Amino acid sequence: MNPPSLPEGAPTPRPTESRVRFAHTNYINAHYGIKSWLLTKDHKRIALLYLGSISLFFALGGVYAMMIRLELLTPASDLVQPMTYNKLFTQHGIIMIFLFLIPSIPAVLGNFLVPLMIGAKDLAFPRINLLSWYLYMIAAVIVVWALLNGGVDTGWTFYTPYSTTFSNSYVVATGLGIFVNGFSSILTGLNFIVTIHTMRAPGMTWFRLPLFIWSHYATSLIMILGTPVIAITILLVAFERIAHIGIFDPRLGGDPVLFQHFFWFYSHPAVYIMILPSMGVVSEIVSTHSRKNIFGYTFVAFSSLAIAVFGFLVWGHHLFTSSQSVYAGMIFSIISFTVAIPSAVKVFNWTATLYKGSISYDTPMLYAMGFIGLFTIGGLTGLFLASLGTDVHLTDTYFIVAHFHYIMVGGALMGYLGGLHNWWPKITGRMYPEGWGRFSALVIFVGFNLTFFPQFLLGTLGMPRRYAAYPADEPVWQVLNVMSTAGASILAVGLIIPGIYFIWSMRYGKFAPANPWPATGLEWRTLSPPPTENFAVTPIVTWEAYEYRPVEEMRVIGVGDGDTSPPVQPAHGTT
Amino acid sequence: MSSYRVDEIHLTGADEHAATALAHHFDNLEQQREAGSLGMWVFLITEIMFFGGLFTGYVIYRTQNQASFAYASSTLNWKLGAFNTVVLILSSLTMALAVYFAQVGSRRNQIVFLAVTAVLGLTFLVVKSVEYAEKIRDHHVPIQGFWHWDQAQHALPANVTERSVQMFYWIYFAMTGLHALHMIIGIAVMLFLMYYAYRGRYTPEYHSPVENSGLYWHFVDIVWIFLFPLLYLLGAHLTHGGGH
Repeated sequence: MNPPSLPEGAPTPRPTESRVRFAHTNYINAHYGIKSWLLTKDHKRIALLYLGSISLFFALGGVYAMMIRLELLTPASDLVQPMTYNKLFTQHGIIMIFLFLIPSIPAVLGNFLVPLMIGAKDLAFPRINLLSWYLYMIAAVIVVWALLNGGVDTGWTFYTPYSTTFSNSYVVATGLGIFVNGFSSILTGLNFIVTIHTMRAPGMTWFRLPLFIWSHYATSLIMILGTPVIAITILLVAFERIAHIGIFDPRLGGDPVLFQHFFWFYSHPAVYIMILPSMGVVSEIVSTHSRKNIFGYTFVAFSSLAIAVFGFLVWGHHLFTSSQSVYAGMIFSIISFTVAIPSAVKVFNWTATLYKGSISYDTPMLYAMGFIGLFTIGGLTGLFLASLGTDVHLTDTYFIVAHFHYIMVGGALMGYLGGLHNWWPKITGRMYPEGWGRFSALVIFVGFNLTFFPQFLLGTLGMPRRYAAYPADEPVWQVLNVMSTAGASILAVGLIIPGIYFIWSMRYGKFAPANPWPATGLEWRTLSPPPTENFAVTPIVTWEAYEYRPVEEMRVIGVGDGDTSPPVQPAHGTT
Repeated sequence: MSSYRVDEIHLTGADEHAATALAHHFDNLEQQREAGSLGMWVFLITEIMFFGGLFTGYVIYRTQNQASFAYASSTLNWKLGAFNTVVLILSSLTMALAVYFAQVGSRRNQIVFLAVTAVLGLTFLVVKSVEYAEKIRDHHVPIQGFWHWDQAQHALPANVTERSVQMFYWIYFAMTGLHALHMIIGIAVMLFLMYYAYRGRYTPEYHSPVENSGLYWHFVDIVWIFLFPLLYLLGAHLTHGGGH
């Protein structure tokens, strides 16, 4: 049998010289026309709709980031007025968090891969899946409308009473956008949970699931439990702003700190919505590109759930400098430290997986290694901030900014880019140019560190975040800020390169074989790109996840797990 | 292209009708039913978290303003609230009966009980509107510029502040308003189910939309079971068990 899922006598894709079209009918060429995309219920097409839209907003958020960095090139507030600067960092945060990072991996890679990895034809609720994309788009339109009308200046945190009483910007409209976007996120999470529970192929037991699925399951739990709370909180802020009802207004007996509790009850777990899917991606990449079974599968799987559960109990560490009681602070501090345990379990297990593996430094692996290093820095600096005393000094400084960018960019974004490269051959049926891929991965790594490492130093020196100006008589501050801006420019270049070659490869890239790396997951046992129904026959799973063989063995006896097909030549030279 | 593909599936009951109810991406009706049911339960969990924010706000502000909340509660019409509680419990019974008749395949009884459920839901909303109208008449809606507390009509006891009464009323409107919105959606769902039941879509093999809508209806009822004592019965001791 030549990979189990291929139908008898299925035509093989034409050789790589052909630049015309795919030989087999797949989800991309099955139907044509704009209507076939906008009304599609195919999870793979919806993933591509998401990919297009979130890339757009990533670029927009990036423009805001560059404007922030350009303003901070000089000490004086000269490029933009302070009020404009407030809007710049607010819009940067809102767009990057709500319109890019929250949907990024789940809505693009998760949407595409969850059914493929578990051997299902689609997600459990295809219509709801499409609805979630439309909700996302409606939310995006509302946010952009508010932005074009003058934007919002509260910071992405919408702290009361500034947001409810004093801000003269589009708080309600932006809030409405985030509210709608929340439902998009909830529906995605709901779809994943039900799909993973009920749609697994015969033999695909819970402990044969790829770790990508486990991490998406944990992410979905956070999405369905946390997002409704931010939804009701935003409603309360909007009512308070419109009708002045006073639930967060101390003049009317309300408590502004209650808002902070509500906000962080969602927004702290939301950080794990961003990072957990990346961890799933890294588990896949590390195992595949070092040709080893993942070290400690069960521990990695349960550490995802542990992060999801602990993540709900630590929100108070954002309130150490508020009126929260010191005793509550101590407890939140201790629980925050415990989140480090499952995170460290993952890092150690990835490292142990790499140990004595047949490592190939393909682009996805470069991103995965970047993730492991940068996430470790981001995580360890998080412990500084979870310590009550240190946090008082570091809170609201650039140390915080650097810390969460190491998690969100160094972690979540690296995982997203690594995953996009890893599954690009499956998604588009084309290879990306490996040389450019490795080059841009290095550029991004250098640019990222140059941007954010100086910010750790700025933070310890006491530079506060969210200010358009800083003192000119501190020469070190400007040197570090110039380094950071220079790094941001390099990072921007590094991010534009994949943007170009991904689009280029869709037309001119080499045709991808069904299993280019080769990997053991079910998604690689169907054609690239997959047919609309994913698998011609529902696969029956008789093997454990990650049954990898060292590359030398693979050249002689094939990929492994009972597959007797001829030895597979990796798409890129593995040495 | 039709969204239902009959050719690929295993016909479990060899029932042509059941086959058309099976969506293309499920292997069989059992899997489809399980997915739908789990989906509804997961949705209800998100609903609990959604209402949970307001319940938390209620607990915190009630703890801080015990006396005011008890007094403000006594200015609500508990008799109407109790009447509505009975109406909703009855509607849960009729909903359960509608599900039962869908299971046994009685189309007529199914439609009748769906209709009764919708009518009971509507009754609840009418009574709720009467209560709201009374509060609007008295300017007891806590919107800036509209709110007015007439000391002559409702004299505040010594340990009660108008500010805290206002807070109670805000929470009252937020919670009951959100609940009423869920009732409206529930009634719309009942009408939708009645239409498809009339068309003969639900059979003993395939009736999960009726079951899942039933879960939703019961959930909305249960929310009210919590709201009624928390909002209406706090101040019963102040009025010696009487309304006003």
